[in-house]
Amino acid sequence: MSAPHSNEAVNGRLETATLEGRNKVLGFWLFLGGETVLFGCLFATFLALRNQVNDGPGGMDLFEFNIVAWATFLLLTSSMTSVMAIVEMHRGNVQMMRLWFIVTVLLGAGFLGLEIYEFIHYLNLGLGFTVSAFSSAFYTLVGFHGAHVAFGILWIALLVIQSYKKGLTTVTAPKFYVAALYWHFVDLVWVFIFTIVYLMGRVG
Amino acid sequence: MAQGHAVKRYTGLLDWLTTVDHKKIGILYLLAGGLFFLIGGFEAILIRIQLMDPDNTYFVGATFNALTTMHGTTMIFFAAMPIIFGFMNAIVPLQIGARDVAYPFVNALGFWLFFFGGLLMNLSWILNYFGATGVPDAGWTGYAPLSSAHSESIGGVDFYVLGLQVAGIGTLIGGINFLVTIINMRAPGMSYMRMPLFTWASFITSALILFAFPAITVGLVLLMFDRLFDANFFDVVDGGNPVIWEHIFWIFGHPEVYILILPGFGIISEIVSVFSRKVLFGYSTMVFATILIGFLGFMVWVHHMFTVGLGFTANALFAIATMLIAIPTGVKIFNWLFTMWGGQISFTTANLFATGFIPTFVMGGVTGVLLAVPSADFQFHDSYFVVAHFHYVIVGGLVLGFFAGLYYWWPKLFGTMLNETLGKIQFWTFFIGFHLTFFVQHFLGLLGMPRRVFTYEKGVGMELGNYISTLGAFLMGISTLILIYNIVVTTIKNKRVGADPWDGRTLEWAISSPAPEYNFAQTPLVRGLDALWHEKTADDGDGKMKPAEPLGEIHMPSPSWLPIAMSFGLFVSGFGFMYRHYEIAIIGIVITLVCMFLRSVYDDHGFHISVEEVCETEGIEVPKSKAEEAHS
Repeated sequence: MSAPHSNEAVNGRLETATLEGRNKVLGFWLFLGGETVLFGCLFATFLALRNQVNDGPGGMDLFEFNIVAWATFLLLTSSMTSVMAIVEMHRGNVQMMRLWFIVTVLLGAGFLGLEIYEFIHYLNLGLGFTVSAFSSAFYTLVGFHGAHVAFGILWIALLVIQSYKKGLTTVTAPKFYVAALYWHFVDLVWVFIFTIVYLMGRVG
Repeated sequence: MAQGHAVKRYTGLLDWLTTVDHKKIGILYLLAGGLFFLIGGFEAILIRIQLMDPDNTYFVGATFNALTTMHGTTMIFFAAMPIIFGFMNAIVPLQIGARDVAYPFVNALGFWLFFFGGLLMNLSWILNYFGATGVPDAGWTGYAPLSSAHSESIGGVDFYVLGLQVAGIGTLIGGINFLVTIINMRAPGMSYMRMPLFTWASFITSALILFAFPAITVGLVLLMFDRLFDANFFDVVDGGNPVIWEHIFWIFGHPEVYILILPGFGIISEIVSVFSRKVLFGYSTMVFATILIGFLGFMVWVHHMFTVGLGFTANALFAIATMLIAIPTGVKIFNWLFTMWGGQISFTTANLFATGFIPTFVMGGVTGVLLAVPSADFQFHDSYFVVAHFHYVIVGGLVLGFFAGLYYWWPKLFGTMLNETLGKIQFWTFFIGFHLTFFVQHFLGLLGMPRRVFTYEKGVGMELGNYISTLGAFLMGISTLILIYNIVVTTIKNKRVGADPWDGRTLEWAISSPAPEYNFAQTPLVRGLDALWHEKTADDGDGKMKPAEPLGEIHMPSPSWLPIAMSFGLFVSGFGFMYRHYEIAIIGIVITLVCMFLRSVYDDHGFHISVEEVCETEGIEVPKSKAEEAHS
């Protein structure tokens, strides 16, 4: 409940130095628990419907690994850069933290660009949203993840802008920390999408 | 930076619209939930009027479907859920010795999201008269393909989908809020195993909300995509599968049942203990039973789907898991009875409701175990037997618990006491009315009366049962009117009562009624289970809580317009989706995003309540050292 102190960190962890900070971090972990159920249900739906391609194209006809591999590379690298940002935050180096977050945002934007390109590509190959149960489930699952990435980009970008004005305090540190947690979660979901949607899609 | 910034403190209506105080939000939840309870109850009475005699024609076909759908959905999502959150908000922070919940802002946001969600769905009745819409009519379970059928007309199930979606987000963040509050905000000495049972129940309920509500979110998204954008999740012709909806709905829906009943159990545990003047029998087994019920609640959803045809193995496993739940529930029943055994029982209205709860809930539990037997369930399925069962657990369990809690905590909420005589009349009318309504429905079900059907024929032996059932429903309606009258009279008389009118045991009774804005002038030091009772009875106790901190200024969060604005954005967006005007839907979402942006950019520094103000409120003298500080 205390006001922000810029130079004081408890246990070296600025994000959990205040009760508000601890609340935020704990609450966000719990939120990610709920998000896990959310994606779990989407994955289950996709698994149930992934062979219902109707007369439309299926995973075997569509998925090309070069696009997906690049997307995966960009997103997993961005996970690492967000870790670097938090490492710098713990060192109290706001410039380096900002730099790593900017790299994270750019990599995320690259991923999103590839995904949009991929969706348009599939659309041209005849995989409209309403073509089959597979197409609905595919776009919903992958699109939900994409929307999470888009939200994360906007969020982290906003925090980067705030960091110029507010610096690193007990108020801002939990925000950075929690945004990085979110970003990790979104990347983790992608690992499952890569496996369940793309790899399993290619082996049939 | 240590100084709080000057913050506008609103009064009157503006105060209620912008408040982030958990006690006021609790009252808002109870008010709004009470309003929806009246709407849902009115729908129930209309249903019973239609079924009073055979071959009635007041509400037939789609109108009857709309009535049952709206009754169920309103009662579960917009009456029971907010009343639970009302009590949690009003009581949990006080019971754990906290100044507020972990996220006061999110708390307000949760309320407004629920409120606008409920408003959105219930507006369907009114908008039905203005143009081509319709009222949700696919049952409260919204089974596909009944709910997902692509229809040219807008409205109908869209109201259900979008209203629940908006309200569901509010419930989810509310659940997270109470989890964090209970984990992080407990007063010194308030260990987990010293928490009052209502707080424990709220804790487990919040955990269930966290893991159950995302499932319904996904279900509603899929349903919305099917209806709005012609997706094929539940459309068999295009490869979809309606059973997916059933799974997702009940993966949410069964834990939802325990989300509803656990706080009821918590309330009963508090009241039985206070009015028997005994410590709760088997406290630790009560806690364990609560956790176990919450855990098993996720393992039993298929018992709603025995007749789908998932196979013997699945049905057998889920049947066994369902029957297991009877064990921790039985533990609770016996603990309540043993708490009363040998106690100095006083049958106040609150305790009448609590005592009436016990046999009623047992009856609902027994039919629950019967329904858990798959082979028997094939006979009971979709009959009035099921209707009788779930009304015994929800009305006989939850609503009796709510009334008990309302009479018990009314002094803490408003500083007055509901009239006991009127209260007892209300109890007996409700209790008799309830059993008249639903006891006969067991037999109607066994005779073969199907649920959700708007009439029955003469001469098949259903006339008497239905007639009695309707009379009972009227009696419950009268009982509710008595409660409203009681509330009005009590409010007008405004006779104040002290901080601790029931000789309470838990922390909320240690502070004045109603609680001051900051709850505890000094955070209390908890020295045992039933913290206040410990101070009343311990050798070194004087009936007052020992402070865990010196008197000081108290930091408070600022009121804000953003929660109501954010929720309004999603409300607007809901209508945009409903009428297929996607530009309006986008405008609504942008309103919400802009509010989120503002919330992120402008930090809330809150404000401080000075020591002088605290002392004035508490009626104590300003300590000398603090007075000198203020002068220097």
